Amino acid sequence: MKNFQSIAKVQNLLLQQKTISCVTIVQQYLDTIKAHNPTINAYLEVFETEALQTAQTIDAKIANGEQLGSLAGVVVGIKDNIVYKNHKASASSKILTNYISIYSATVVERMLEQDAIIIGRLNCDEFAMGGSNENSAMGNVLNPLDITRVPGGSSGGSAAAVAANMCLVALGTDTGGSIRQPAAFCGIVGLKPTYGLVSRYGAIAYASSFDQIGPLAHTVEDCARVLQVIAGADAFDATLAKTQVPNYTKDLTLNTKKNIAVLRTSIEHPALDPEVKTAIVNKLQDLANAGHTINYVDFPNIDYLVPTYYVLTTAEASSNLSRYDGVHFGYRSPNATDLQTTYIKSRSEGFGTEVKRRIMLGTFVLSAGYYDAYYAKAQRVRRVLKNEIDAILATNDFILMPTTPSTAFTFGAKKDPIAMYLEDIYTVLANLVGLPAIAIPCGVHTNTMPMSIQLMSKAFAEAELLSFTHQISTINNN
Amino acid sequence: MNITTKTVDEIAFLARLEFNNQEKESIVNDMNKMLNFVNKLNEVNTDGVAPLIYMTNAHDVLRPDVAVATLTQKEALLNAPKKDSDYFKAPKVIG
Repeated sequence: MKNFQSIAKVQNLLLQQKTISCVTIVQQYLDTIKAHNPTINAYLEVFETEALQTAQTIDAKIANGEQLGSLAGVVVGIKDNIVYKNHKASASSKILTNYISIYSATVVERMLEQDAIIIGRLNCDEFAMGGSNENSAMGNVLNPLDITRVPGGSSGGSAAAVAANMCLVALGTDTGGSIRQPAAFCGIVGLKPTYGLVSRYGAIAYASSFDQIGPLAHTVEDCARVLQVIAGADAFDATLAKTQVPNYTKDLTLNTKKNIAVLRTSIEHPALDPEVKTAIVNKLQDLANAGHTINYVDFPNIDYLVPTYYVLTTAEASSNLSRYDGVHFGYRSPNATDLQTTYIKSRSEGFGTEVKRRIMLGTFVLSAGYYDAYYAKAQRVRRVLKNEIDAILATNDFILMPTTPSTAFTFGAKKDPIAMYLEDIYTVLANLVGLPAIAIPCGVHTNTMPMSIQLMSKAFAEAELLSFTHQISTINNN
Repeated sequence: MNITTKTVDEIAFLARLEFNNQEKESIVNDMNKMLNFVNKLNEVNTDGVAPLIYMTNAHDVLRPDVAVATLTQKEALLNAPKKDSDYFKAPKVIG
């Protein structure tokens, strides 16, 4: 597999040395996709002709000495729940199999404006609900590092495509870890931005107070470059902060000493693999040796994270997914006889098991008589959690945690839904409190799979978070 | 709270979903497990804590009151499973 490694390296070859054309770059990715996608199943569709045409346009711009965008020559895959005008977007669901988007997500528009090349759409768990990509109606994605193992989810196709060099960077969405957990399982970097930094316009909604779009890439620096393009106010998403987007790449090498909090309960948790724990402890020692301050803090509420997450996200999902009615767009059951059965049969035949399970729980917790006991209770717990985390981050720059309790597991290993949900124990926190978090590789387990650490910062402190993780990743590589 | 097949029937109707008997058995089982799991939240003292509803501090986000055509009728109808030239077609509502 040809690995261009980073945006800077591709652009150096394309724009400075001029030793490779954009068409050749795209062709190499297409060749890799043809060789590996039949096994990995990361791409649901490859926009071959169109990607080559875009590449020709970029080559012509280079030949004419025209100004190029910051993502010129960057081959991108997009998760199948991010819409692109005149292209299919199915959220890996039978109910949207033939849906053709009539508009583009803001992030897609912004990437294209900067001369990125969108090469295809990437498999995921249906409606982004899952942590192993086993819930896709379009088949499993296999982990390119070991095809007997899951790539993680829900952005499993995005992580696998980057790891297998079938694109340079990918876009995913993260509602409870769906960018960071697959990045961890595939040995790459994944960033979930602060809630309100990146427009959700054109992201097929799962849980609207949790969802964020973000990048998956080989390096922290590439995540910074993509975030620079996709972040910032948008008239189509009223939840976005109006603040100026800082320059994320300018201060990447800024080396200042940081205060890093470690939640005792996170590294003492019984679910944590002992080798992953050792890797974290060693990393903390390295950071202390490098002059950073490590503060161990109490966080007794760790076991309430996943239950809070599941009450709130299933409630929001049950509401968001009510739009699939078999009338306006999407699958309509041929077995329906009237309006009521059109709704019921189209939805029951169109949605997969996990999606229906979550709609059912969400409908229940919102129903009369249970709303206060479950939904409002979880919203109150969410505030308790946010206050506690805000207090920790008032005196610390970052919170460092494992990204996942273990490395990528094998297919079928988590048959019980609760066991699968507990895989999210370290990732749901950032979404519950709306803060940015990044997963970066942290060594290799004796089972040969990559391990990963996660750092979370204050809201809108991505510049600091990226700069720090860029430095500690560079130490990793030396 | 214990979920029974009757609860599943009621919730399924609210969600406009249906399950065959075999699926129903597994959804009763799954929902009981999930509720048992989330019941843990009762251990957290939330007296006097207001629900956290909005994740940003943005208030009253308004746009200028100007009509903008973003979609044509043709585009809006593009993905309709059944339509004619002007309308979405739904099955008969009243027999």
